[in-house]
Amino acid sequence: MDFGFIFSSALGELFSPTTAAYALAALGLAVHFGYSGLLNFGQAGFMAVGAYGFAISTLTFNAPFFVALLISVVCSVIFAFILGIPTLRLRADYLAIVTIAAAEIVRYVVTTNQLTKVTGSANGLAAFENTFYAMNPFPEGSYMGMNNRDFFIRVVGWGLVIVCCVLVWLLMRSPWGRVLKGIREDENAVRSLGKNVYSYKMQALVIGGILGALAGMIFTLPRGAVQPSNYGTELTFFLWTCLLLGGMATVLGPVIGAMIFWVVLSLTQSLLYGLIESGAVTWLTTVQAGQLRYILVGVALMLLMIFRPQGVFGNKKELAFA
Amino acid sequence: MSETNDNNIGNTENTENIDYMTDSRPIAVGENTPGCKKRDPIVVAEDVTRSFGGINAVDVEYLEIPRHKITALIGPNGAGKTTLFNLLTGFDTPNTGKWQFEGNSLAGVSSYKVARMGMVRTFQLTKVMGKLTVMENMRLGAADQPGERLSKALFKGMWGGREKEITAQANILLEKFKLDAKKDDYAASLSGGQRKLLEMARSLMVRPKLVMLDEPMAGVNPALTQSLLDHIKNLKAEGMTVLFVEHDMNMVRHIADWVVVMAEGKVVAEGPPGEVMKNPAVIDAYLGAHHDVDLGDAEGIKELEAELEADDESVVGTEDAGILSEITEPTEPRKEEGK
Repeated sequence: MDFGFIFSSALGELFSPTTAAYALAALGLAVHFGYSGLLNFGQAGFMAVGAYGFAISTLTFNAPFFVALLISVVCSVIFAFILGIPTLRLRADYLAIVTIAAAEIVRYVVTTNQLTKVTGSANGLAAFENTFYAMNPFPEGSYMGMNNRDFFIRVVGWGLVIVCCVLVWLLMRSPWGRVLKGIREDENAVRSLGKNVYSYKMQALVIGGILGALAGMIFTLPRGAVQPSNYGTELTFFLWTCLLLGGMATVLGPVIGAMIFWVVLSLTQSLLYGLIESGAVTWLTTVQAGQLRYILVGVALMLLMIFRPQGVFGNKKELAFA
Repeated sequence: MSETNDNNIGNTENTENIDYMTDSRPIAVGENTPGCKKRDPIVVAEDVTRSFGGINAVDVEYLEIPRHKITALIGPNGAGKTTLFNLLTGFDTPNTGKWQFEGNSLAGVSSYKVARMGMVRTFQLTKVMGKLTVMENMRLGAADQPGERLSKALFKGMWGGREKEITAQANILLEKFKLDAKKDDYAASLSGGQRKLLEMARSLMVRPKLVMLDEPMAGVNPALTQSLLDHIKNLKAEGMTVLFVEHDMNMVRHIADWVVVMAEGKVVAEGPPGEVMKNPAVIDAYLGAHHDVDLGDAEGIKELEAELEADDESVVGTEDAGILSEITEPTEPRKEEGK
C-alpha cells in the first residue's frame, strides 16, 4: 500500500470544490435548522435549482455568467417562497415533509423526457462552464500540482465559503440572529414579544436556500455536467451528516464537518482498495468497498452522537438541557 | 385602594397629574354588575365566544378592563381564563364577537401586532428561550431594535447604540427580579419559579401599556412573592395596566383594584376584591364556603368542624358524620357539606 498516496489524496479532498459545495450547503442547513429550527430535508432540491438554473440559463438563453448566477439565485428564492408560504405557519415537522417531497419533485421534473430539450433529462446538461472559466485570471501552468482551471474553481469555491461564513457569523451575532434563535427555542414566546415570526422564518429559509443554490453551482462547475442523479435524497442526508459532524448552531461547524466527511470517505476508500489489492482482504470486491465506506461514515456519525453529541464545534453546555 | 382621597371623586376631567397609585375614583360607572361599564376602559370585549367541540370555553357578553388599574381574573380550573387571554392577544381566534384595545379593533389582528400595540402577555406554561442566556432573553423582549431588520443586521454601527440602552434597561429589570446573578447563564438552567420571573421581566422589556400575566406567582417562593407584589403595584405608577390570572387569593386581595370572576366561560361577577369575595355566586363557583380555613393545621380543622356543626345542611355533628381530622380507619364516602 502506498500510504503517501492515500494521505495525499485524503488531503486533496480537504480543499476540493466538492467539499466547498458541501460546506456551503451545510452552512445553509445550519441557518435553517441550527439557528432557526427549520427542518429542511430538501437542501438537495435547492442545490438542484441552483445548478439547473445556472446551466439552463447559460445553455438555453445564452446568458452571461453573472446573469446566469443571478437567475439561479432568484430561482432558489422563488423555490424557498413556494415551500415556505404554505408551511411556515405550521409546525416544523410539516416543513420537513414538504421539503423532502419538493426536492424529489424537482429531481423528477428535470428527469422527465418531455423536457429533454431544456433539462437534458436523465443525461443532464453539459458544457455550460465555459463562461465561468473564461474569467480565469490564472495563466496556464501548475499551481500546487493543479492546472489553472482546477486552481481557479478552488479559489472561487473556498472564497465563497469564507465570504458566506463571515456573513452568516455577522448575521447571527446581530439582534436579527437573536430573534431567529428565539424562534428556534419557542416561536410563540417570540410572537408575544411583538416579532413577526413568519417573516423571520421566511428570511431564514431564503438565506439558507441561496447558500444551497450557490453550493449547487460550485458542485457542478468542476464536473462540467449537471445530472439529476446527483441531487437525490442521499445528498441531503450527507449534508445533514456534515452539519451534525461539525456542530449545528455554529458557523465553522458545517465547513469542518464537510471536510471530515470527505476525508473519512477518501481515507476509507483508499485503505480498503489498498487492502484488497494487496490481497489482505479477500472477502470484499472494490465495488463493495465503495459501498462499505458509506456504512463506515454512518458508524462514525453514530459514534460522534454518542461521545460528542454537540459536534466538533458545538457548545456542550447547550446540550445539557436538551 | 388603600387610601381614600375624597377630593378626586367625580373629578374625571382632570386626567393630568393623577397619581395612579392613590387614585381612588370609582372604577365602574354605576353598579358593579358583571359586564358593567368602566370610567376609563383600555380593553373592551363584546360577545366574544370560542367553543371547542360542543363546549363553550369562552362566552363573554361584555367585559371592560379598567385602565391604570390592576385587574385580577379569577375562576375555577377550566373557566376559560387562559382561553380569554389567548383570544384577546390574537393567539386564538374567537368564533364570534369584537374586541378592541384603546379603541382599535383587534379582530383579525395577528398576535405580534397586538404585542406591538402595547398589549403583552405571559404564558401559564412558562416559555423561556432555553438555549439563550438570561440576558439575551431579556434583550429579545426590547422593541425598536433596528438590528432586528435584515437590512441593518450586518452593520453593528446601526444597532450597537440601541443595544447598549436595551442592556441597561435589562440590567435594571433583572436586578428588580433578583435574576442579575444568573444573567450569563442559559435560561434552561433556571428553576421553574425563576423562569416565571424571567418571563415577566422579559414582557416588561417591551414597555407595554397592558401587561397580561397568566399565573405570575405559581412556583415563586413567599419572600420573593412579596417583593414582586410590590413591583407589580409599582407598574401602575409607571402608567401600566395589569391584568392577571391567579389562584392565590391573598395576592388578589393584596394588589388587585378590581376582580373579574369567570365560571364556565362566562363573567359571573365583577367588583373590588373585598366586595367580590363576599359575593355568594363567587363563593359557590370558585372560593368554596370555607376558603378562609387553613386545612393544613389542627386548629383550622377544628374551626371548620365547629363551623360545619352550626350549618344545617352539613352532616357534621350528626350520626352520618365521618371523621375529618383523623384518617386512621376507612370511612364511608362523606357527602359534600354545603353547596
